[in-house]
Amino acid sequence: MNARTTKLREIAKKLLDKQKVDVVIGFKKGTIPLKNTPFFATNSEEADLLLWDGNCIGNLAAYLPKMAGKRAAIVAQGCVSRNVVGLIQEKQVDSNNIYIIGMPCTGMLDPRKIIAAVPGEITEAVEDQLYVTARGKGFEITLNRSDVLNRNCDRCTVRNPVLFDEIASEPKPELKDPVRYEKIRAIEALPPEGRAESIDELLSPCIRCYACRDACPLCYCPECFVDKSSPQWCGKSQDDRDVLSYHLIRAFHTAGRCTECGACEEVCPMGIKIRLISGKVEKDIREIFDGYEAWKDLKTPPPLTVFQRDDPQPFVKE
Amino acid sequence: MKNPYLPYPVRIEETVIETEDRNIKSFKLAFLKEEDCKAFDYTPGQFAQLSVTGKGEIPIGIASSPTEGDHLLFTVNKMGVVTTALHNLSEGSIMGVRGPLGNSYPFDKMKGKDVTIIGGGYAFTTLRSTIVYMLDGKNRADFGKITLIYGARTPGMLLYKETLEEWSKRDDISYNVTVDRDAPGWTGRVGFVPAVTEQVAPSSENAIAVICGPPIMIKFTLPVMVKLGFTPEQTITSLENRMKCGIGICGRCNVGPEYVCKDGPVFSMAQLKEMPQEY
Amino acid sequence: MEYMRLNKKNLAAFIEELKQKCEVWGPVKEGDQVKFAPVSNVSDVDLEQFKNTTMSPKEIFFPQSEIMLSFKREGEGANIYRDEQSVPSKKAIFGIRPCDARAFRILDMIFKNDQFADNYWLTKRDAVTLVGLGCKEPCSTCFCTSVNSHPFDETGLDVMVTDLGEHYLLRVLTKKGRELLAGSHVLREPSEANIEAYKTVRKNAEDAMTVQFGTDKVNGKTVLELFNEDYWQRISEPCLNCSTCSYVCPTCHCFDIQDEVFREGGQRIRNWESCMSWIFTVHATGHNPRPGKKERVRQRFMHKFKYIPMKRDGEIGCVGCGRCVTMCPVNIDVREVVKQMNS
Repeated sequence: MNARTTKLREIAKKLLDKQKVDVVIGFKKGTIPLKNTPFFATNSEEADLLLWDGNCIGNLAAYLPKMAGKRAAIVAQGCVSRNVVGLIQEKQVDSNNIYIIGMPCTGMLDPRKIIAAVPGEITEAVEDQLYVTARGKGFEITLNRSDVLNRNCDRCTVRNPVLFDEIASEPKPELKDPVRYEKIRAIEALPPEGRAESIDELLSPCIRCYACRDACPLCYCPECFVDKSSPQWCGKSQDDRDVLSYHLIRAFHTAGRCTECGACEEVCPMGIKIRLISGKVEKDIREIFDGYEAWKDLKTPPPLTVFQRDDPQPFVKE
Repeated sequence: MKNPYLPYPVRIEETVIETEDRNIKSFKLAFLKEEDCKAFDYTPGQFAQLSVTGKGEIPIGIASSPTEGDHLLFTVNKMGVVTTALHNLSEGSIMGVRGPLGNSYPFDKMKGKDVTIIGGGYAFTTLRSTIVYMLDGKNRADFGKITLIYGARTPGMLLYKETLEEWSKRDDISYNVTVDRDAPGWTGRVGFVPAVTEQVAPSSENAIAVICGPPIMIKFTLPVMVKLGFTPEQTITSLENRMKCGIGICGRCNVGPEYVCKDGPVFSMAQLKEMPQEY
Repeated sequence: MEYMRLNKKNLAAFIEELKQKCEVWGPVKEGDQVKFAPVSNVSDVDLEQFKNTTMSPKEIFFPQSEIMLSFKREGEGANIYRDEQSVPSKKAIFGIRPCDARAFRILDMIFKNDQFADNYWLTKRDAVTLVGLGCKEPCSTCFCTSVNSHPFDETGLDVMVTDLGEHYLLRVLTKKGRELLAGSHVLREPSEANIEAYKTVRKNAEDAMTVQFGTDKVNGKTVLELFNEDYWQRISEPCLNCSTCSYVCPTCHCFDIQDEVFREGGQRIRNWESCMSWIFTVHATGHNPRPGKKERVRQRFMHKFKYIPMKRDGEIGCVGCGRCVTMCPVNIDVREVVKQMNS
């Protein structure tokens, strides 16, 4: 068991035993290799099932708005802590009911990369700080952890929580100025038809299961625009214009709010790199608004939610 | 192969605004094709899917009785997308009807017995069908005493006022129509359906009761029925759930293993006791 | 029982022979996914590496979006719905896994009930001959033997193919299958040894799979006993209420029907829909009989393991393909759920 898991269990037990919280939201081991399952520990026995490793995919902050008045502790690495800040800023959760167990993070593994690197079905996978070893019938292959990280994690600059009540380890070193947006820049450089084609190709496997929306802590609307029937904003069939509308409108709804947590991609059953769209919006916000990154503190609101008298764009005042 | 999803084209012959809030409207429909009319062979308690092109379908209980001729009558509460579009259609418009769908009231069990019909508010459509059917000259002798208990908030919210007027003059039906509160010009009963049921006290001996109405009415009427000696097997109701296909395939209207659209909508209280309350 | 033998070297020639009779579909790689598609070149089909398709093959007969009816807004026949069924082309589907073929048989019972027949499903089904591929090496997430099936289950298949290394052994199961193979120049009589080898492969595969759970106690309990269990709350906790499990599932068949309007007319379209979605059951009044994820998650498992068996002579509404096990974003594992239901 790794040190962070030990510490996490210790913190969780303490919180539950002292009845400081009703539930600790974390992960427990899943039933298949490379996948943990979100877990809601309510007593110290259950707290012993909590763990932290490279298979804690998704974004636990997405569960918070539906906790209905429960006092919840949440295990939060950098991105998740930013989403908790966002939910507090957007008044979707009461900060008095939230206890953040900070979890310095070294990135989550991308099962697709690992599966692609081995010759058969993986029946066991183990990791340490530097390596991941995948075993199956007739093979055992060790990979560099850094080579099989999620595409957002490998360039993450906020590994350490931005807000926490308690922290499960020493902070991890942060990356400085990683290369990002290579693929987005490549699409930007294409002529309009080429850009349209890239997006159509990107989205062609979409089955509209909405896992990307349902895993996203920004998507807490009680009724999503795609579900509305009166008026109906978006057709419901697999028509490629409707699929495109869904993804584009959702991406715009994340403008200035996306923490690049990557949950949308991690949960996509079809492996669609959705952040090529939402990442474009995130990139534009960063470039237009002086390097703004969403929700790194409780005070700074996302730029698109504030009005300034000296806004250079006249339509704001008209 | 007959396509069970293809609606029959019909023309709206007549529309009637039923209630003072103008939210409930009846539509008298005529089939465009003789063979469709023949194929639409229904029994009271069944429903149909009404189609408005471009808007979709909505399941509505059939309010007419097959004894009334070739026209179909549907009474529709303006609520969602399709019902609103339907309310905006004028007489002469073409629309679609798909059905008949679902089971019906259990006339095989009701034969030779007293029948009590208890209705509330807008859920009186298939009960109208049932009463018209039972009072029809060819059928009346098949049933014992027929008792009607029907309530609405106000006199202006009662459906089918002309039909009610006719029934009130007949001597082969115990007619008990009530409103929640006294109202100017109202000379009938005043009181909620459960209380009126207790006063009227229909006998449960060799009898069947059919109850349709808002959940709150059903909740308070059922204990009265028990007090009057009606067993769950003798007490019949009709369920509603969101539906699409209407033929037991698309999967959304189930209550436990039963599809409301195909195995229902009519269930006895005895059946419902074994089923989850997912309606 | 009729057996035939195909040397793997002749697979391309065999596919070409079949193509003379009908369209031939096989498992083809498309990006990261494997899906059934027309085989234009036999090299597109890698049966040696093939485990199963990413999505279930139900989409062949039940596409995610399907035009059912059409209408126009003006002129003669305006606002009258017209049938938009086309006559499906004849197809042979090569390499279908036994679990998925069994799922088709279950869906046949769903799409044709005691009163109504869904002709959109049935006409496409009738036009297809299913050539199955027995599972020599089932995956660790497979659990067909726990749901009354096994890796060489022939239910729903017209021909069963077994990989014997150098050869394929073909077992002809139906008249349709016999007709498909009739007149082939590359099929040979198998030897006794081939047939023995087939039996060994089959037995080894079946033995390799342990039964992971039973369903006897589920059958013994009433609907309400199962429905009112406490465990549904915990099982549903991590659920995102996305539709992944339903959409990848070979037996999930729920759909929505929508009218879509274009300038001059419109169409009535059916789209897959999932019981995981709140919109699936919400009434126009806003009342929702399945308001939360507990109710919705419970519905999906109850439907497959209680309601379908009750209504279809004990047939379980799950074939053990394991797609939901591998694809559920939060690892809600059907095997663990049924173990609880059967406890």
